[in-house]
Amino acid sequence: MENRHFAALFVLALGAADLAAPALADEVNLYSARKEDLIKPLLDRFTEKTGITVNLITGEADVLLKRIVAEGKNTPADLLLTTDVGRLYRAKSEGVTAPIGSAALVAAVPAQYRDPADHWVGLSLRARPIMYVKGKVDPAELSTYEALVDAKWQGRICIRSSSNVYNQSMMAAMIAADGAEAAENWAKGLVANFARPPEGGDRDQIKAAAAGQCDIAIANTYYLAGMVGSEEAAQREAAAKVAVFWPNQDGRGTHVNVSGAALVKASRHPDAARALLEFLANDESQAWYAEANGEYPVRPGIGLSPVLAEWGTFKADELNLERLGELNAEALMIMDRAGWK
Amino acid sequence: MTDATWVVARRRPALLPRATLWQGAVLAVAALIALPVLVVIGVALAPAGDVWRHLGETVLADYVTNSLILMAGVAIGTFVGGVGCAWLASMCDFPGRRIFEWALLLPMALPAYIIAYTYTGLLEFAGPVQTGLRDLFGWQAGDYWFPRVRSLGGAVVMLSLVLYPYVYLLARAAFLSQSICVLDVSRTLGNGPWRTFFTVALPLARPAIVAGMSLALMETLADYGTVQYFGVATFTTGIFRTWYGLDDMNAAAQLATILLAFVVALVAIERLSRRSARFHHTTGRHQDIRRFRLKGVKAAAAFLFCFVALAFGFLVPAGQLAWWSVLVAEKEVDGRFLTLVWHSVELGAIAAVLSVMLALFLGYARRLFRTRPVRVAVDVAGLGYAVPGTIIAIGVVIPFAFLDNRLDAFMEATFGISTGLLLSGTIVAVVSAYLVRFLAVSLQTVNAGLDRIRPSLDDAGRSLGLGPAEVVRRIHVPMLEGSLLTALLLVFVDVLKELPATLILRPFNFNTLAVRAFEMASDERLASAGPAALTIVAAGIVPVVLLSRSITRTRGTRPA
Amino acid sequence: MNALDVIDVSVAYDGKPVIAGVDLALEAGVIGCLLGPSGCGKTSLLRAIAGFEPVATGEIRLDGRTVSTPRGALAPERRNVGMVFQDFALFPHLTVADNIAFGLRKRPAAERARRLAELLDLIGLAASAGAYPHQLSGGQQQRVALARAMAPRPAILLMDEPFSSIDTELRVQLAAEVRAMMLRDGMTAILVTHDQHEAFAIADRIAVIGDGRLRQWDRPYALYHQPADRFVADFIGEGATIAGEIVGAGLVRTGLGEIAGDLAAGLRPGDAVAVLVRPDDIVHDDASPTRLPVVARTFRGSQYLYELRLPTGETVFTLAHSHREHEVGEAIGVRLDVRHLTVFSAGGDPVASQSARR
Repeated sequence: MENRHFAALFVLALGAADLAAPALADEVNLYSARKEDLIKPLLDRFTEKTGITVNLITGEADVLLKRIVAEGKNTPADLLLTTDVGRLYRAKSEGVTAPIGSAALVAAVPAQYRDPADHWVGLSLRARPIMYVKGKVDPAELSTYEALVDAKWQGRICIRSSSNVYNQSMMAAMIAADGAEAAENWAKGLVANFARPPEGGDRDQIKAAAAGQCDIAIANTYYLAGMVGSEEAAQREAAAKVAVFWPNQDGRGTHVNVSGAALVKASRHPDAARALLEFLANDESQAWYAEANGEYPVRPGIGLSPVLAEWGTFKADELNLERLGELNAEALMIMDRAGWK
Repeated sequence: MTDATWVVARRRPALLPRATLWQGAVLAVAALIALPVLVVIGVALAPAGDVWRHLGETVLADYVTNSLILMAGVAIGTFVGGVGCAWLASMCDFPGRRIFEWALLLPMALPAYIIAYTYTGLLEFAGPVQTGLRDLFGWQAGDYWFPRVRSLGGAVVMLSLVLYPYVYLLARAAFLSQSICVLDVSRTLGNGPWRTFFTVALPLARPAIVAGMSLALMETLADYGTVQYFGVATFTTGIFRTWYGLDDMNAAAQLATILLAFVVALVAIERLSRRSARFHHTTGRHQDIRRFRLKGVKAAAAFLFCFVALAFGFLVPAGQLAWWSVLVAEKEVDGRFLTLVWHSVELGAIAAVLSVMLALFLGYARRLFRTRPVRVAVDVAGLGYAVPGTIIAIGVVIPFAFLDNRLDAFMEATFGISTGLLLSGTIVAVVSAYLVRFLAVSLQTVNAGLDRIRPSLDDAGRSLGLGPAEVVRRIHVPMLEGSLLTALLLVFVDVLKELPATLILRPFNFNTLAVRAFEMASDERLASAGPAALTIVAAGIVPVVLLSRSITRTRGTRPA
Repeated sequence: MNALDVIDVSVAYDGKPVIAGVDLALEAGVIGCLLGPSGCGKTSLLRAIAGFEPVATGEIRLDGRTVSTPRGALAPERRNVGMVFQDFALFPHLTVADNIAFGLRKRPAAERARRLAELLDLIGLAASAGAYPHQLSGGQQQRVALARAMAPRPAILLMDEPFSSIDTELRVQLAAEVRAMMLRDGMTAILVTHDQHEAFAIADRIAVIGDGRLRQWDRPYALYHQPADRFVADFIGEGATIAGEIVGAGLVRTGLGEIAGDLAAGLRPGDAVAVLVRPDDIVHDDASPTRLPVVARTFRGSQYLYELRLPTGETVFTLAHSHREHEVGEAIGVRLDVRHLTVFSAGGDPVASQSARR
């Protein structure tokens, strides 16, 4: 009996051998830190329009980057898609990217959302504003990120762990704007105002605020948008209790990060890759980001979905995002020193 | 001399160099399996940036303390839950025992981070339990105390709930195969059932319990998803903070190496404390188990003990997943979903079979040659389980890509043909990572089984004309049926749950249930993670039930 | 050609020798025995013959073919040896019949069935062919283990303390039965034991091993009456050594008087020696003028073993019919009846072991 068992499984093993990487001519290979669900519909649409197949694997950006580095000149990757500019910066520093060379992209995407050397381009904006509980916080009390260290917010702020890259890049933007020393003092002040030790993701901060554990949550907007459109009634109810406040509107603007893509130097399908990037930056795709993902278009003049429109427009921090990548490690060290778990 | 083996023997050269071929093969296989771990250690040898002082001044103490507390907690939790349930389900009789016997294994099929998500959903401040309490009593935030789910204690509970089945499974197999005679001896020496349990049954089952617990603890050390979600800064989250956040992979590899050194030290301590004790049975005589028949309060207590483990380890989280699945079934379950199931089962089956074959090979070699190089090689091959999957994946990517690129360069230079990447990005790479990561599981299980087979049986086989490989096939495999099935199942279920290595090494457009569940859950869309997570559980249940049957069957007529 | 040749063989564990420089040869059809106290290395030698242990020096030949040298060894499964283990090592997952037929799997089915039936018959377990080992008694398991080892008709059968887990009373009887079975099957065999009665019951020739060295390789009779050294003399049978002095050609003076026998050429008058005195060398005889006091006695059923004190303070043993009852302290009449004078130099090395002259 044991023997038949083994035999059957061996047949299985042989059957799996045909699953090697595809090698079609008209294709583009994507290493993506974006979750499949948040990108696949756009990719399918691209294939539909151009006939170019898009092959996808998803994973942690740093690990995908290491894979590209290890695979060297034979890497199948054409594009590295990330959800944070720091990783694009790292890919460029590792020397595995190349200039994209698309005039259309240069024309369409504002300069602060592109690499000065054209190795990567932002495709959607992820804003990290302040969210407050309606009725408990008067929006007039809110002004800037910097003001959140005021003693009146003691025990009222929810934010996730410093392990998360969103907080790291927010911190990096703070260093870029106010300098390292001020940023460290700010981090210490913010930690002192935490309602609870950091735990959970962004949605959990919003939920905790809605449930009364804190009055202010710092979270990316698309999580709130996701909760508004959730299958679960509890999430929709929680989302209804909070509102969005855009901080620093009189100064540098609200902190934004981008999801974006870099062209891999060893790409075998640079034309197809370029075509995909241009497609992702076109009006239709940009509108889809807002509609389906609750992110903001990277290009001005694209219509917003009703959910996003309700939160109003805002001034985004105009810092060239490459700085966020450069300052990421310093930001984390500051948060470590500040005791931000 | 007409004997067939004799004639065959004569035709070949009379004298073979003793054991060197086998030993060489063992060392080679072990080195291959250990390669990814060695790659990580190699990376660690490169100088890191100036982050060590920073780590030392700020977070390192937290990492170490939290990891130690986590391990201690999970050790206690899995020991009490696993050994307690195993003793009750195998040696006692009480209502529901037959169902508990297999159902207690079910939590094993739940990925730790999934159970963490479900409990958080239920018990967090904004969850239905606390909201319900507040509504009921009119409390406000801060009015009452409620344990925080997302905490170190919460992580201990979550990991214990899904990891106790490893201890349960191996301890139960050990209890069932114990000679009832030694238990009877203890009873006649004036020990009650409790004393007998603590002084005879427990020490005899020690290799199995230790094997189960070391699996649970290694899994605990390697866990990233749960502690990261709970915001608990452990050594493992530290590795990734250092890599992702501080962008210092060398320092991260150094942290990972320290983690490994810690595991090696633990293993060594256990070995030393065991010293020369042997655990295979000295008698060939067995009798069928007579279970202690529990009545009244004792029966109720036994039932409750097992039920708590089952309910919190499985029923509650699976119920929550089922509820979520109903919510999203229409949107989530389609043809693509079936492909996910197929991919998961396929990978699980391939990896399980290969892993068990490797474990048999190495385990038997360790038995055959008790030399230091072999022992060390086999131990090193089992280290992958304590290493986070992502690190293993990197350890697989680097040598595979290196090999592929070297071959490509050679073919290019010699024949003008570019072979590209032959292995990287294929299912071969994925399965290799599984073997590295999960060999410990099959190895521990197979070794625990082999330790219960008296060495004289090997010699008897050899003197009756079996070669070493035949001894494995004709004596060990049939006697190890239970252990091998256990190993197959454990690896299969582990692969179903495995995430980071699958994520990074899989071929293009190749998704599995775990990938799907993770992508949804990490995007904080828990409900959408329901169907995939629940299917992992369902795919794990079938083998769990089969296994449980076979363990019960091997008892009595086939003492091992 | 011998069935087995052991030539200058040493076996070592971790560099520490447990068997050193052993030579012995066994003819086909003969049952040999390695006898010695536990820890003397006899099992290591047996395992080396089976191929489970490497040899450090010398070589082992089976049917004239070299199978072990320090440079390499033929694997156990290719030596055509059968082995019976101390714990029997029956395969618990196989029935009695499957266990016995285990070594026959390459034979034609008809031959296999015939041999199996023959062996089941031989061990008297035909009715239990379908039983599993754990359902058998210890003696039955032992016989299955023996049948399993004999089934492939190995060139030599090796038995490692095969009776040690059998009740003492049954041991000698079972050993005799096994001997009969093996003789019927024409087996060549080597048995390892620490029990001399077992060895006497089963073996034609016995190798006494002490401290890793072969002391004597001889017939049982010779071991008892002509031990090669003090070790063998002490280990085999009962007896006492008493001090003596050579007083002339073939004459030794002892506390028992002067004993005559052939002595080795090296001994000169005046040399101090030790003389082995077996209980049967001293005959109870009321008429004898020599009277010695009883210091201890052991009842043996048909006989008493009396320990007697010589005037020198040394003690010797004698056996007497159990009807002849004497109390401790009572002096009884004895006379010498030494047929084999065994004399060692005072240091313990054997000097002579010769038939006594009447």
